[in-house]
Amino acid sequence: MNPVRKRRLILVGLVLLAAAAAAAFIAMALQENINYLHTPSEVRTGKAPESARFRLGGVVCNGSVQRTEGTLDVRFNVTDGKRYVPVQFNGILPDMFKEGTSVIATGKMKGSEFVAGEVLAKHDETYMPAEVAKSMSPEMQAKMSQGPAMHTLDCGAP
Amino acid sequence: MLPELGQMALLIAFVLSLLLGTLPLWGAQRGNVALQLTARPLSFALLAAVTVSYILLTMAFVQHDFSVAYVAKNSNTLLPVMYQVSAVWGAHEGSLLLWVLTLCVWIAAVAVFSKNLPDVVHARVLAIMGLVALGFLAFTVITSNPFERMLPAPLEGHDLNPLLQDPGLIFHPPLLYIGYVGFSVAFAFAIAALIEGHIDTRWIRWARPWTNVAWAFLTLGIALGSFWAYYELGWGGWWFWDPVENASFMPWLVGAALLHSQATTEKRGSFSSWTLLLAIAAFSLSLLGTFLVRSGVLTSVHAFASDPERGMFILAFLCCVVGGSLVLFALRAPKEAGKPFQWQSRESLLLLNNLLLTAAAAMVLLGTLYPLLADALGLGKVSVGPPYFGKLFLILMAPLVLLIPFGPLSRWQRENLSDIARWLAPWLALAVLIAVIAYFRAPQHPLKSAMAWFSGIWLALGTARFVWHRFAQSQGRFTAEIIGMVTAHAGVAVFCFGALMTEGLSVEKDVAAKPGQSFEVGDYRFTFLGVTEVAGANFIAQRGDIQIGIGERHLGILHPEKRQYASGGSSMTEADMHGGLTRDLYVALGEPTDNAGGWALRLHVKPFVRWIWFGAILMALGSLIVIFDKRFKRKGHEA
Repeated sequence: MNPVRKRRLILVGLVLLAAAAAAAFIAMALQENINYLHTPSEVRTGKAPESARFRLGGVVCNGSVQRTEGTLDVRFNVTDGKRYVPVQFNGILPDMFKEGTSVIATGKMKGSEFVAGEVLAKHDETYMPAEVAKSMSPEMQAKMSQGPAMHTLDCGAP
Repeated sequence: MLPELGQMALLIAFVLSLLLGTLPLWGAQRGNVALQLTARPLSFALLAAVTVSYILLTMAFVQHDFSVAYVAKNSNTLLPVMYQVSAVWGAHEGSLLLWVLTLCVWIAAVAVFSKNLPDVVHARVLAIMGLVALGFLAFTVITSNPFERMLPAPLEGHDLNPLLQDPGLIFHPPLLYIGYVGFSVAFAFAIAALIEGHIDTRWIRWARPWTNVAWAFLTLGIALGSFWAYYELGWGGWWFWDPVENASFMPWLVGAALLHSQATTEKRGSFSSWTLLLAIAAFSLSLLGTFLVRSGVLTSVHAFASDPERGMFILAFLCCVVGGSLVLFALRAPKEAGKPFQWQSRESLLLLNNLLLTAAAAMVLLGTLYPLLADALGLGKVSVGPPYFGKLFLILMAPLVLLIPFGPLSRWQRENLSDIARWLAPWLALAVLIAVIAYFRAPQHPLKSAMAWFSGIWLALGTARFVWHRFAQSQGRFTAEIIGMVTAHAGVAVFCFGALMTEGLSVEKDVAAKPGQSFEVGDYRFTFLGVTEVAGANFIAQRGDIQIGIGERHLGILHPEKRQYASGGSSMTEADMHGGLTRDLYVALGEPTDNAGGWALRLHVKPFVRWIWFGAILMALGSLIVIFDKRFKRKGHEA
């Protein structure tokens, strides 16, 4: 093998090695940092992980937000129209957080409660994240789009 | 009446862009000079038509013409005039018009400043940009007409999203668009070269300043967006790896690679196909960014409501652009190899730079699109968490940071890297030493703090070593290109230091505060004095008084606000901060925690956070300085 070819071969080998290493790294990092989105119904029917982190998407039930006075502890229920899941959170909720609007909370289950480390609400009140909208029941979606009807929202069963 | 005129102007612009996209191209293929020469007047006419349309939309806002649906949705009579003008690009339809206007300004600028180019090239470049304009005008006219009437007209408009009522937003989108759209020049040039079938370094020399300007504006746009998120969203973060941020970051990374590879191709003739490919990629990623933001296919903090029809249109357009240009590339990519170089050379270092930057862009692309991919493959609805991006980005950028000082010091073609290593060794040792000290003295996240000091000092001293070298070697002859490069690399040093220090050493506390209560955050003391109600132009605010101090010294009182806009909707957090060169003290109001005046407060101490944006400004400035280099002033026909 002439030296030029040999060098090229080494170079190609190195590039391939680097690419393989990068691919492995990326796959690992992806695996570790993927969060699945689940609806309250899925949580209640056991489709959500019991101990791993996931995102809970749905609508905040009316009259369910409770603060413990003098602390940052907040509890509220998130529903998809059929079932709801109680959520507890210690921190400052985003501006757009309101009863009757959609949220995505990231965290994990603790017993029958969801402990959120982060709660996201959307910038625009009339906007629901596509992935949450898709998992809502049609009646619920119709209600959500009517605006004031949100206030008679049915939270379903626990 | 005026809105109809605006719409007419838009339709005329559509026809003009159709002509611009076809006539000169046809003329270039047929060797018909008369047709080629239509490119310039058509460009100016197109700009005029779009400008008229844009001004008429602005007038509809200023005159409160709520019979125009877009105005009714995004403005009201209480809105301050400044925001009436900026509300034009506050939502989808208008921001698309701004995009088209920016593109037309670029087209006209190319028409003005490219007189030295051969007519054929000139005609092709303008025509290709005309085709891009055609695509976007079709999009505007068909799916998102900003002049659509709403009858009967409401008496009062809805409102501009309160988040957008901020001076930061006035400049953020235009800067970003100038950057995005600016890559269309490099793109048009690349396509023209591919049609021609060979690449001429003179054209690259001609294209380089445009890329630099585009990249500089994109940098400023992203930095301003980041700063805006920092003080407006009330979370105190500066980068969230949100899909929309990623959308602007991918073209930025590829653009940075393109700057370097264009310089290589211009000077050495190497990497010519790669440069063309990067030019195509940078613009395609700009389009992809638009698609991601506009279509709402990804869950993002950006508020544009989703509309499948619009998404499909941009996707189709994107496929045409990417598919078409890649096919063209496959068929016509130049085979010229450029001057040979050995593996120890500046070319190799630039190649590594390009590999790392594009790998980072690919990594961001994968992470951003993975949720779509997973959904399509039935793997469930997922999101990719910020640690994925943060970790991988650090890993990919670490070698780049190590290599940056080597690049300028090395020579083209062949170099003995051990010489350079010897020059740089003392500075490397110094940087490592300081990093080790920082590691053991950091109160938290020692690794990030060590990396901050190392990267900042290594990059700054390495770049300074180059300046010294240059002084000694060429009697202090500094071209604008060199000064720009040094400025930009210094900017990277400042940015790395600021970003890593902020990430590593920030102290953040969310607390439930009673009036009179004090909190220690890092070395600082925050005392909550209470909340009072104040009235603004179109809002009522709860304003907090928080006294800040260090030791015995008072630094002042911060006034974060919680605003309720008159137009209704939810409340808005206005954070307040005590800025400084070495740290920011940041306070945001949460919500009341009891009936006795207690409030939830977000208290942050963020060391060196301003350096992040300062570094970005330096990078942009460096990129702009380069365009004043004498080499770009020479006439195009001198090789």
